[in-house]
Amino acid sequence: MKALKIIRIAAWGAVAIVGGVLLAFSGLLPGVERPGAVTSSTATGVAAIGGQFELTTHRGEMLTNEDLEDTPYLVFFGFTRCPDVCPTTLFELTGLLADLGPDADKITPLFITVDPERDTQELLASYMSSFDPRILALRGTKEQTDQAAKAFAAYYEKVPLEGGNYTMDHTAGVYLIDAEGEFMGTLDLHEPKENQLQKLRRLANTAA
Amino acid sequence: MKLVKTLALGLILNAAAQGVLAHDYEAGPLAIDHPWARATPPGAPVAGGYLTITNTGTEPDRLLGGSSDAAEAVEIHESTITDGVARMRSAEDGIAIAPGETLRLEPGAVHIMFVDPAKPLKDGERFPATLIFEKAGDVAVEFAIMPMGATPEAPQNHEGHGAPVSQ
Repeated sequence: MKALKIIRIAAWGAVAIVGGVLLAFSGLLPGVERPGAVTSSTATGVAAIGGQFELTTHRGEMLTNEDLEDTPYLVFFGFTRCPDVCPTTLFELTGLLADLGPDADKITPLFITVDPERDTQELLASYMSSFDPRILALRGTKEQTDQAAKAFAAYYEKVPLEGGNYTMDHTAGVYLIDAEGEFMGTLDLHEPKENQLQKLRRLANTAA
Repeated sequence: MKLVKTLALGLILNAAAQGVLAHDYEAGPLAIDHPWARATPPGAPVAGGYLTITNTGTEPDRLLGGSSDAAEAVEIHESTITDGVARMRSAEDGIAIAPGETLRLEPGAVHIMFVDPAKPLKDGERFPATLIFEKAGDVAVEFAIMPMGATPEAPQNHEGHGAPVSQ
């Protein structure tokens, strides 16, 4: 009897978990981005990451996904009022690009601000002077930023802080997109450096 | 016996050496170790500050905030990365330090945020700040500015500080 009861509890527990996961991905819960909502340009079954975007670089040039055709690139989201993860990612990428040598020239690294309200082009231009000049900081209007987040199934949200200020929640990963525009996985900045370099070399080698 | 003596001597010498290099403060029962901040890119509107606080007393205390001429505001924040999403929240009621406990403020966790620094923080420089505790009151400290990628496990200007952490 007892064993049967345990099995029954376990079974209902599994149902609850599956139900919770389905609910979370259905977009019914507030604040949960619905990954399935992003339309893919291909039907390969690969995660729908790497769609259309149109943004402006910190040097004032327009950049769209079409400009990156046949170019491997990496992209991550952040903002300058972020004390840790964003400058650290830029700093680590600067080191990785230096270590990659000539392969680094084949990759276009992108940093998309999720806070275009405060991250002006002028501020980004000054901020980026500390990092590898090949890294492009990108900003757009609210609509363009939403579109870019959707293109990478990334999540961001403005969160009010005490005293009328606000902060941004955002997806922290670094996405790797190959020369064909296909998602090649993410770069984990905490894994051994050699693994990271290997991933970036593989990414660079997708260049024509 | 000899080994014990050698070890003890080593510990004493090490402690003495740290005494010279160390950059720590005492405020009643609170031991504040190695306040440091990361160098910032030009124009950066924020800078992170980190340190270790040990409560050697019998009463709990609380880090409430701070102030500094080097920034518009000094706030206590907590960063987390959960399910791939980076978040930051203000610790509005401060952070408790229980008796006998050590509170580590480090990148990717609880940290001090210097809002709108008066000028970019440059590696190798120092700046004064005041930490405000509920019981220990105001404590004047100096933050040592470390390179942009500095982590607690790899202090470059100071030896013997911090414990290995996974960020």
